[in-house]
Amino acid sequence: MPQTVKVGIADLNVVKSPDLITTIGLGSCVGIAIRDEQLGIGGLVHVMLPNSKEVKSNENKAKFADTGIPELVSRLEKMGCVKRRMVAKIAGGATMFAFQSKSELSGIGDRNVAATKTALKALGIPIKAEDTGANYGRTVVFNPENGDYEIKAVGKPAKVI
Amino acid sequence: MADNNQMTIETMSSQYFDVLKEIGNIGAGNATTALSTMLGMKVDMKVPQVRLMEFKEVGTTMGGEEQIVAGIYLVVDGDIHGSIMFVQKKESARAMVQKLMGMPPEGDDFSEMELSALMEIGNVITAAYLNSLSTLTNLTIYPSVPTICIDMAGAILSVPAIEFGAIADKMLLIQTDFSDDETLSGYFILVPDEESDAKILHALGF
Repeated sequence: MPQTVKVGIADLNVVKSPDLITTIGLGSCVGIAIRDEQLGIGGLVHVMLPNSKEVKSNENKAKFADTGIPELVSRLEKMGCVKRRMVAKIAGGATMFAFQSKSELSGIGDRNVAATKTALKALGIPIKAEDTGANYGRTVVFNPENGDYEIKAVGKPAKVI
Repeated sequence: MADNNQMTIETMSSQYFDVLKEIGNIGAGNATTALSTMLGMKVDMKVPQVRLMEFKEVGTTMGGEEQIVAGIYLVVDGDIHGSIMFVQKKESARAMVQKLMGMPPEGDDFSEMELSALMEIGNVITAAYLNSLSTLTNLTIYPSVPTICIDMAGAILSVPAIEFGAIADKMLLIQTDFSDDETLSGYFILVPDEESDAKILHALGF
């Protein structure tokens, strides 16, 4: 029986086909799905903040884009995945409340997306597709077999990127 | 480095917790009175529950991360800085709008008018809480104009979680049940920044 593994907020995990991996209710957070195109093994990390160096409590690597993405890649490597065969898809980074842009955590969604791209670029992992920004929450389901990244939002039809 | 003597939200004593509960209680009392006046009917409330919540519980607390909720969010300024969010399930929000406007929202979505009514309810309720906090601590607190968002609980609650995430791995949740003929329940999430936390503690005599 294929299972769907759930990843929480500031959390990560890896799965092998035919299992799927999901994270629910991405707001300003970003869900980064990475897979090895040959092995059908992939993982998902749900990051909340862009940079681990900006905050004191940074023990949880999965909380930050700059540490969560390398951590996910190393977990995949332990399962036999090879970095040069890895590709990524990203979703999330919304601005849920209109005035968030004025607060100290200005444009946290945009900054999460930017930090995600920087981290992936540093690792040499290409981004195959993205669905980021706007002002609504997203639930994502990733299939490591074919790389389908299904995105569901309230009051919108589901789509696959 | 953090000063080890300085109490943080994670090393909070049970005594401080009791004080926060009391603030929550008084706040909810004020909010109930305000709500009662606004709706023109008797509104009862239960003793609020105050607890620290881990990020992972964030969504499950309100019936799952995919539960549709209405979040009303304000930034707080003055002697303390931070934000406050009032969250309620969509059904509770609909029930409150219905009480206020005298008719149920048409269709599944809220109209501009209904959203604005909902925002006003959130405004009155959060102001009641902030007043009790301000009175007890003698600190000046200015709330900003509220903004509203209706979406999945996980996505809405990630906003205060992210603010907390910058300082800790848990956040403070106050659950209040306002009930009349049906239960109208709501949750408050307080996010004072680190410095403000210390100020509140100090003002309360800790």
